Amino acid sequence: MKSENEIIDDFTAREYEFGFVTDIEMDVLPPGLNEEVIHFLSAKKEEPQWLLDWRLKSYEAFKRQKMPKWQNFEAPDVDFQDISYYAAPKDKPKYESLDEVDPELLETFEKLGIPLNEQKALAGVAVDAVFDSVSIGTTYKDELRKLGIIFCSMSEAVKEHPELVKKYLGTVVPPNDNIYASLNSAVFSDGSFVYIPEGVRCPMELSTYFRINSQNTGQFERTLIVAEKGSYVSYLEGCTAPRRDENQLHAAVVELIAMEDAEIKYSTVQNWFPGDNEGKGGIYNFVTKRGICKGNNSKISWTQVETGSSITWKYPSVILKGDNSSGEFYSVAVTKNHQIADTGTKMNHIGKNTKSRIISKGISAGKSQNSYRGLVQIGNRAQNARNFTQCDSLLIGNKCGAHTFPYIESKNKSAMLEHEATTSKIGEDQIFYLNQRGIDPEQAVALIVNGYAKEVLNQLPMEFAVEARKLLSLTLEGSVG
Amino acid sequence: MLKIKNLHASVEGNEILKGIDLDIKPGEIHAIMGPNGSGKSSLASVLAGKEEYEVTEGSIEFEGKDLLDMDPEIRAREGIFLAFQYPVEIPGVSNIGFLKTAINDIREHRQLPPLTAKEFLQRTKERQKLVDFNSKLVNRSLNEGFSGGEKKRNEIFQLAMLEPKLAILDETDSGLDIDALRIVADGVNKIQSENNAFLIITHYQRLLEYIVPDIVHVLAGGKIVKSGTKELALELEEKGYDWLKEDALNKTV
Ligand SMILES: Nc1ncnc2c1ncn2[C@@H]1O[C@H](COP(=O)(O)OP(=O)(O)O)[C@@H](O)[C@H]1O
Ligand SMILES: [Mg+2]
Repeated sequence: MKSENEIIDDFTAREYEFGFVTDIEMDVLPPGLNEEVIHFLSAKKEEPQWLLDWRLKSYEAFKRQKMPKWQNFEAPDVDFQDISYYAAPKDKPKYESLDEVDPELLETFEKLGIPLNEQKALAGVAVDAVFDSVSIGTTYKDELRKLGIIFCSMSEAVKEHPELVKKYLGTVVPPNDNIYASLNSAVFSDGSFVYIPEGVRCPMELSTYFRINSQNTGQFERTLIVAEKGSYVSYLEGCTAPRRDENQLHAAVVELIAMEDAEIKYSTVQNWFPGDNEGKGGIYNFVTKRGICKGNNSKISWTQVETGSSITWKYPSVILKGDNSSGEFYSVAVTKNHQIADTGTKMNHIGKNTKSRIISKGISAGKSQNSYRGLVQIGNRAQNARNFTQCDSLLIGNKCGAHTFPYIESKNKSAMLEHEATTSKIGEDQIFYLNQRGIDPEQAVALIVNGYAKEVLNQLPMEFAVEARKLLSLTLEGSVG
Repeated sequence: MLKIKNLHASVEGNEILKGIDLDIKPGEIHAIMGPNGSGKSSLASVLAGKEEYEVTEGSIEFEGKDLLDMDPEIRAREGIFLAFQYPVEIPGVSNIGFLKTAINDIREHRQLPPLTAKEFLQRTKERQKLVDFNSKLVNRSLNEGFSGGEKKRNEIFQLAMLEPKLAILDETDSGLDIDALRIVADGVNKIQSENNAFLIITHYQRLLEYIVPDIVHVLAGGKIVKSGTKELALELEEKGYDWLKEDALNKTV
């Protein structure tokens, strides 16, 4: 192993020598962001020139961007020069056996009912031969390949399907969209790529779960899903197990493209480390997620269960371009201790007879702050557009905050917009009622919260929903007292 | 089964129960009547363990154990059931799912294995018929959008499902029409046995025509001012409560 100084020396030395286009053996870049860094990581990933150019252009955009000021929390100072932008995928497991893993983490795995081998994979323990993730992966891949479905890492897609990536990358979230999208476009590490050919209905839920131990996709994840005419896909991101990460800032970009009659369902369970009880050390999750219903009669549906991170800042959105297209957003965001969530959606109605539906359920406990922020835009061509928005807030205790910021911009008089909002507290009398039937207070809260979030949880694929339910209960353990 | 001795309890510093003595044995049905605000619901709340009530004096023994020492869910698991005067709505929580959790928590406490899905389904069907409860309501969210009468009947359905040792019915009859009242009373009579006991709080003697109590108590001003046979209920219906209040006052003076 080289010392840090040697690495830095190597790095700076080479800068003069080769200008970063050569193959370098370094595993980790020292912190810092500049053009050379982008040259370096693109070279490391053996990317084509067009992608390097695209990254560089994104970096130019990034430099011009300013931090947004409209959010309902004090944005933390992120020092972009203090982050390392390349780390080689780690093959080496962090631990030799589960005995070395934090028992608290294992206890949580246990409560969530995660199988032993998956626990190992998640905690970063060397996985034994029984759990052959490669073979699981290949079985699925074979079946998918027969249907012409592409499901692989973004790096692989750049190599194997450059024409598709080039055609769609950055078309929904342009590199200059916002500062974190620019940053992601400049330095994205890896992510998933999905392509569903015309008329194909993907027979299984595609899940990053299967790729968990194949590589560390890192903090700047990039995902692109294209559904061709008449196709269908359901995609699952994340998992319910608590995930720790040394990287504080996570700035992912997800782009969805649905052609005529196509449907994309995207479900997320986000459970990044929320920080300790004081809110220290948690992850900043600043994600840009957007889909476009490009063709007529297409549909995009986002479902999210957000329980982790110290700050969650994201608005999965849909551009409803095709006539009769529809967009949905179902969200449960839970905050406790000092967590902050500022999340919601944007529904941009462009085509005729477009429909959108927004169901947001915020749950705040402890000293947390939970905001719903939504924008419904009706363009002048969007004849007969409809939106239904319901945002509910549930408060546990009286030190937390719930806020809603619904915005509407309508340029078409035929639009029909409905908005409902409620704020409620978990009633002592509700808890007492359940206690009186033999159910303890923790379980009572879990039942009430799950009941409250039911409409959203019902949108999740079956197995995921079961896990998400348990996760909600676990997250709020100890919040009532 | 239940022994209440000199029970005093207060809410926010106001004494509501002012020395109650009550002894209920297995197989018995006790009725408590009394004017509004006399402390009937308060007594039920204290028995169930509602936090707001502070017991300042006296004791409650249930099956030989100190009831006041137990959290509300433990009291429930030990066999105390309260049919609430105003049952709450819990949106999104399925009636049946919640009952399954409750039954299995109670069974675990009594060191019994959980009911299998089949056994649970069987019990549900059987008890729902027993108390003539609408099967559509069984699968709905807990009391959400139920009418007043449906809520009351759901309490009786839950009572049938949970098989408590001591069931306290707090004005279950109010808000029920005569048919519903008869159905509820029928249900209670079917559930009633040598091994369980009922404490029926009611405003009217109407219910007591269908559920015949062994003893009737009159609660006024936080005290039991008179106890007697079922004929006492009729007397109350005729004369009202005022004569008892005076009686009680005379006694304390
Ligand atoms: N939470 C409370 N805070 C203050 N006073 C209460 C509370 N609950 C009940 N009370 C008072 O206690 C007395 C008895 O009430 P309650 O037990 O409901 O009577 P009943 O059921 O016989 O009509 C009433 O004067 C009522 O106002
Ligand atoms: Mg009352």
